Amino acid sequence: MPELTTGQAINKALSLILENNPTSFIAGEDIGVYGGAFGVTDGLLEKFGQERIKDTPIAEDVIAGLAVGSSMTGTRPIVEMQFSDFIVNAMDPIVNQAAKLHFMYGGAVNVPLIVRGASGAGTGAAAQHSQSLESWFCHVPGLKVVTPSNPQNAYDLLLHSFVDPNPIIFMEHKLIYKIKANVKLNDIPKESSLLGKAEVSNEGEELTVVSYSNMVNVVKNAISTKDMENHSIEIIDLQTVSPIDIDTIKKSLKKTKKLLVCQEAPANSSVGTTVISKIVEGDSFNDLEVAPKLISGLHSPMPSAKHLELNVIPQEEDIINAIKSML
Amino acid sequence: MMLLIRLFEEALEEMFSRGLLHGTMHLSIGQEATAAGACLALEKEDLITSTHRGHGHCLGKGAEPYKMFAELLGREDGYCRGRGGSMHIADLSNGNLGANGIVAGSLTISVGAALSFQMQKKDNIVLCFFGDGAVNEGSFHEALNLASLWNLPVLFLCENNQYGMSMSSEKSVAGESIASRGSSYGIDSIQIDGNDVETVYESVASYKNEILSKGGPKFIEAVTYRYRGHSKSDRNLYRTSDEIEYWKEEKDPIKRYIGKLLESGISEEELRDIESSVKNEIRNAVKQSLDSPLSPVTNLEEDTYA
Repeated sequence: MPELTTGQAINKALSLILENNPTSFIAGEDIGVYGGAFGVTDGLLEKFGQERIKDTPIAEDVIAGLAVGSSMTGTRPIVEMQFSDFIVNAMDPIVNQAAKLHFMYGGAVNVPLIVRGASGAGTGAAAQHSQSLESWFCHVPGLKVVTPSNPQNAYDLLLHSFVDPNPIIFMEHKLIYKIKANVKLNDIPKESSLLGKAEVSNEGEELTVVSYSNMVNVVKNAISTKDMENHSIEIIDLQTVSPIDIDTIKKSLKKTKKLLVCQEAPANSSVGTTVISKIVEGDSFNDLEVAPKLISGLHSPMPSAKHLELNVIPQEEDIINAIKSML
Repeated sequence: MMLLIRLFEEALEEMFSRGLLHGTMHLSIGQEATAAGACLALEKEDLITSTHRGHGHCLGKGAEPYKMFAELLGREDGYCRGRGGSMHIADLSNGNLGANGIVAGSLTISVGAALSFQMQKKDNIVLCFFGDGAVNEGSFHEALNLASLWNLPVLFLCENNQYGMSMSSEKSVAGESIASRGSSYGIDSIQIDGNDVETVYESVASYKNEILSKGGPKFIEAVTYRYRGHSKSDRNLYRTSDEIEYWKEEKDPIKRYIGKLLESGISEEELRDIESSVKNEIRNAVKQSLDSPLSPVTNLEEDTYA
C-alpha cells in the first residue's frame, strides 16, 4: 500500500479509470499542462494525451453541458470545476439538465457524469473561493453528492462514482488534498455500492458525532485531545451527503443515545439540519436522551483574514465544548 | 412532413380547447419548413437537440404521432410515460436527444454530443435547434466558442421566429444579425429564408457535407414566424394582427411549397390524396392515444435515479 496524499489518490483513481475505459475523458480549466489548480490531474496529459485530457476555456456552463451531452451519447466525462464555487456558473446543465433528463425522458437516457470541484475554507481564499455548496445539490432530485474526507475514501468513492449511472457532484475539500495515508489501490468496482453508505470511522459508546468532508478530520482531532481522553465517542463519516445513510446513524444512536452533527457549511437548509430532522421525526427520537445539536459554519461569507476565517469555521474547541455539554 | 406537423399541432389545439390536455404547450404553426427541411437532410444516426417548441423537430426526426399524443395525454405509451409532456419529448431510437424547456439549454448538450461523435470517429453530425431567444444567453456563446475551438461536428440552426415570447429580436439582439454572431466565432454562417423548405433542406444538406468532409461547426439562421402565441396564455399584445396576417398570406411555408409542387406538374388530386392520408393518420393517432391507458402512479422517487 503506497503512502499517498488525497490529491495523489484521486490522481491514481482518475488514471485507473482512463486506462480501463477508452470512452472516458477529463475536461476542465487548467487540467492539462498546468496539472489542475490543485495538482490533482498532474501527469495525466503526458500519459493520455490531449484527446482525453481536455483543457477548456474558462466557461463552466459549457464544461458542464459538454458533460451532459457526451454522457448521453456513449462517452464518459469527468469534468473539473477547479474551485467548486465556480459551479454556480454551471447550474443550468447540472440542475435543469443532468439531474432531470433520466426522469423527464421516462428513463430513456442515463447521464453518467462526474463534476469534481475543490470546496471548503481554511486557505485564506476568501468568500468566492471557499464555500461548501454541497447542500445546494442535495436539494435536487436526480443528483448524488459525494464528499470524501481522506485519501482512501477519496480514491474509492471516485471509482464508485464512475461506475454509477447517475450524475455525481464530487466535492473535494481543499484541506484534505495534503492529508497523507497508506492507500489500498482497489480495482474499479462492478457497482457503486459505496455511494450512499456512511462509514463508522471511530467506534464509541457515549455520543455519536455525524460529520462529512474535512470536518470529519477536525472531529477526529478534537476527540484525540487530552480533554476527551476519558470519553468514548463514535464518529460517522457520511461520505455521501445525497443520499444520506440514515440507517447507520440510527443504529449508532440505539447505542449512544446522543447526536451531534458537525459541518463547515452554514446551517440553513443544510446536510446537518436534514440529518437531525430525519432522526427526530422517526423512531430514533425515542432513543435520544438529550436534544441533538448542530455545529456549523457561521451564516456569513468567508472572510479572508486567518483569525476571522477561523471564527467562521467550527474549531476543535467548539466540538469539545459541545460534546461536554451533551454528556 | 410540413402538413403532418401542422395537422398534429392543430389537433393538439383542439384537444386543448376540449380540456383534454394538462399544462401548456408551444406551437410551431407557421414554422414547419425549418423542422421538415432540416430533418429531411439528416440520417437516422445523426442526432438533434430540440427546444420547448419542438413538436415539429420530433416528428421531422421520425417520431410516431401516436406516442407523442400519448405523452401529452399522460399515457403509459407516451415517449416519456407522461413524465415529460410537451416540452420534454426525447426519442433516442430516431436520434432525437430531446426537447428542452430551458432557452439555450440544449446548446451545450449538442456540443457534448458532437464531442462524442468526434471521439468515436463517427460520420454523423449533431443538429442543434434553438430560437432567437437563445442567442442572448451566455451558454449560446460558450457553446459556439468551444465548438469552433474543438472543430466539433455540430450544425447550429437558429429558428429566428422574431420573438422570444413577447420580446422582438429586433429589440433584443445587438449587432448586425444572428448569423453574424456565428461568424464572429470563426464559424461559417448564413441567413436563409426559413419558410422555404427547399432552401432549408439544401442549406442543411450542404453544411452537413462540409462538416463531414472538413469537420467543424456551421451556423444557419433561418428566418421564420410563428402564427400562434408563445404559449397558451399569450394575448399577442406585442405584435399587430396585420403582421400575423402578412406572414400567413404571403409567406406560409406550406402554401408556398404547394404552389411549387403544382408548378412542377403535380396534380391537385395527388395533393388532395396526400392531405387526406395525413389527416387520417392524425385522426387515428388521436383516437388511439385517447383510448390508451394512463401512466400508472408508481413510486416516482425510484424513477428519479438510473
